Amino acid sequence: MIRIDAHPTHHRDGFDLRIGKPLPFGATIVPGGVNFSVFSRHATACELLLFRKNEDEPYATIPFLDEFHIGNVFCMTVFNLEIEEIDYGYRMDGPCNFKSGQWFNREKILMDPYARLVGGRDEWGVTPDWNKKYQHRSRIFFDDFDWADDMAPDIPMEDLVIYEMHVRGFTRHSSSGMKYPGTFATIQEKIPYLKDLGINCIELLPIHEFDEFENERISPVTGKPLLNYWGYSQVGFFAPKAGYAATGKFGMQIDELKATIKALHHEGIEVILDVVFNHTAEGNENGPYISYRGIDNNTYYMLTPEGYYYNFSGCGNTLNCNNPIVRSMILDCLRYWVYEYHVDGFRFDLASILGRDQNGAPMANPPLLETLAFDPILGKCKLIAEAWDAGGLYQVGSFPSWGRWAEWNGKYRDDIRKFLKSEGGTGGMAQRIQGSPDLYGWRGPNASINFITCHDGFTLMDLVSYNGKHNEANGENNRDGGDDNLSWNCGIEGATRDAAVNALRRKQIKNGVTLLMVSRGVPMILYGDEAGRTQEGNNNTYCQDNELAWFDWDLLETNREIFEYFKKIIAFRHAHPVLRSNAFFRNSDYVGSGYADISWHGTNAWNADFSPSSRCLAFMLCGKHAKQGRERDNDIYTAMNMHWEMHVFELPRLPEDRKWHVFANTDMIPPHDICDPGEEIVLQNQGEILVGPRSVIVLVGK
Amino acid sequence: MESRFKVMHSNNTVKVTLQGRLDAVNSPSLSDELAKLKGKAIGNIVFFAKDLEYISSAGIRVIVFAKQKIGENSKIYLIGASETILDVIKMTGLANFMIVQDAYSD
Repeated sequence: MIRIDAHPTHHRDGFDLRIGKPLPFGATIVPGGVNFSVFSRHATACELLLFRKNEDEPYATIPFLDEFHIGNVFCMTVFNLEIEEIDYGYRMDGPCNFKSGQWFNREKILMDPYARLVGGRDEWGVTPDWNKKYQHRSRIFFDDFDWADDMAPDIPMEDLVIYEMHVRGFTRHSSSGMKYPGTFATIQEKIPYLKDLGINCIELLPIHEFDEFENERISPVTGKPLLNYWGYSQVGFFAPKAGYAATGKFGMQIDELKATIKALHHEGIEVILDVVFNHTAEGNENGPYISYRGIDNNTYYMLTPEGYYYNFSGCGNTLNCNNPIVRSMILDCLRYWVYEYHVDGFRFDLASILGRDQNGAPMANPPLLETLAFDPILGKCKLIAEAWDAGGLYQVGSFPSWGRWAEWNGKYRDDIRKFLKSEGGTGGMAQRIQGSPDLYGWRGPNASINFITCHDGFTLMDLVSYNGKHNEANGENNRDGGDDNLSWNCGIEGATRDAAVNALRRKQIKNGVTLLMVSRGVPMILYGDEAGRTQEGNNNTYCQDNELAWFDWDLLETNREIFEYFKKIIAFRHAHPVLRSNAFFRNSDYVGSGYADISWHGTNAWNADFSPSSRCLAFMLCGKHAKQGRERDNDIYTAMNMHWEMHVFELPRLPEDRKWHVFANTDMIPPHDICDPGEEIVLQNQGEILVGPRSVIVLVGK
Repeated sequence: MESRFKVMHSNNTVKVTLQGRLDAVNSPSLSDELAKLKGKAIGNIVFFAKDLEYISSAGIRVIVFAKQKIGENSKIYLIGASETILDVIKMTGLANFMIVQDAYSD
């Protein structure tokens, strides 16, 4: 059977053309040519512009003929294009009326919203030529990567240990010793490190194409250039960040990222992307035309009745997520990342915006969130919401979920931090340790992504080294970044040579990660915390593309004891199914073991003190209740003393055939602070244990 | 168009000498050339890449094409390629089946 559609029907200015297919949107390679398809509801005319790579003037301008306009879609196949050698863009004509939200300008060259490859910032940090009219350039690429037998690891949520990572920050520091530092490819080189640490999922800060030069400036304090380092401002949602690929200068970032994900999967590591659908890099009324605003401004953005941009994102504009067109684009985009890149999940930045209607009001059942929850292609994807936005909507515990969505549990972070700094709150701690049933009662503990630190805020070392933020280097007079850090500097602000303070800081770090790993829910750690990474008190390094934010790998030697502790406590979590489940504890004995699945203790066994000022709490997990009784495990007892005095904790008595063994005691000096799982040493006194000041002890009953 | 490659077939070995750039401009003619060998018993496909200066995505795909279409059971060699070319091929992960050597003798 011979197809007859690889044949032009129209000839114009030396180009062979044919009516295109409206779907899929974007530029798609078809037999003999490329199918271009772009939506605009209000445009009256559209032109396709073809450029030789990186040239400022197009070598061809091809109008979409009237017969190439189907509904609100312009679609055309152009034959015989040298696809590797060209960039393409659109120009649209239509009404320009601020109050009605229409910004058509036929002088502006527009990136394709569905561009799967975007040029213009091919190498990170190479200053762009701002005189060029077309900065972010749509390109065409093959979607033909050879995945061979790649399969999603499909790790149950409760078994994940997530590692939040900035692609560039992870290996850009000279100490990483890598040939192509700061790239996707180099993550592959570091897989042995990630496995050694014990994590099984990486969550990447935004990797969609963004402009690191957006709002570029010089720090008045340090004299260093400040860039859009984190990248929470997307140019194109379908394209990977070229500057994160060692092969970006050759336009091969798509293959490089796919090869990286394939390599991670091969080693049993999942990949979650941090996606930013709440706004775009086009900013407010004074921002540039990149794409959306020139294609259909009042479709893509939420606008006030006067035509201004709503700013629920804090970044100048708000994507109109519950407009049906934008909703479809987001769904197309996420599906694309799943089926083309084999991505395992998404974390949605300021996800509450995705639940606002077109006028900005929060909805009870937002169609976008429901669509994502039930979409077949996203069916096994992890969906994680940052359940708040910059417009004051805070939905931790109440984010519309349909049983599918998990949340960054900000209350976990805050309650653990308060408890760590000796503010008490054993009642809150009991909730957090159990997976926050007070928040996720009907959803299960897997809805709770537990974390103490993330990219946004202090690193774990800084959390125990600074009382206040020190963001002067950002050049905003220290006004940026959160003020409610719930941090404690252990006596001296910032770096010190005081041995006692440093020892306490290390202990507090170990306390924190221990609580994280014995809590029900899904633990997430911030890259570098396992080595005591510091940002010198800066809790908002969004613009710091330098040593302040990059992971200094030499810290692994300096802080070897922290790294060793992380490894072992993570291994402990993996070793003990009683710690991992998507069922809440029932606080009762339902398998006839003689012990409740979880029991609460204090300095006296069976008698927890939940008064507001209490700083001592202990709990015991009954191993016979592991996985609701389906698996056998050891008993685990954790004592937490966040008082500055030591306390004796009376231990719950075990049956004759079992004894308490010490797995971790953060008050001890290494190597006695923690052991390898299974190597625990029997406790001499089975009746009680001395818990040092601000210390955590983990015992195993076997 | 100036041919920047040579294809020689003797016994069960195909030798391909690459020069300059292998990209979307000239890779179709190389793949056409290779396609002629389809169905023949080929044990080795040897790409000599000492003088190859640049390989694009389309160029890498010709090598994959060779593997898929004419040498599924044959050995594919890449000989004398520069470090940059080797790195690009490795990082894009498409042609990891290749045996990389400095030199090749029959």
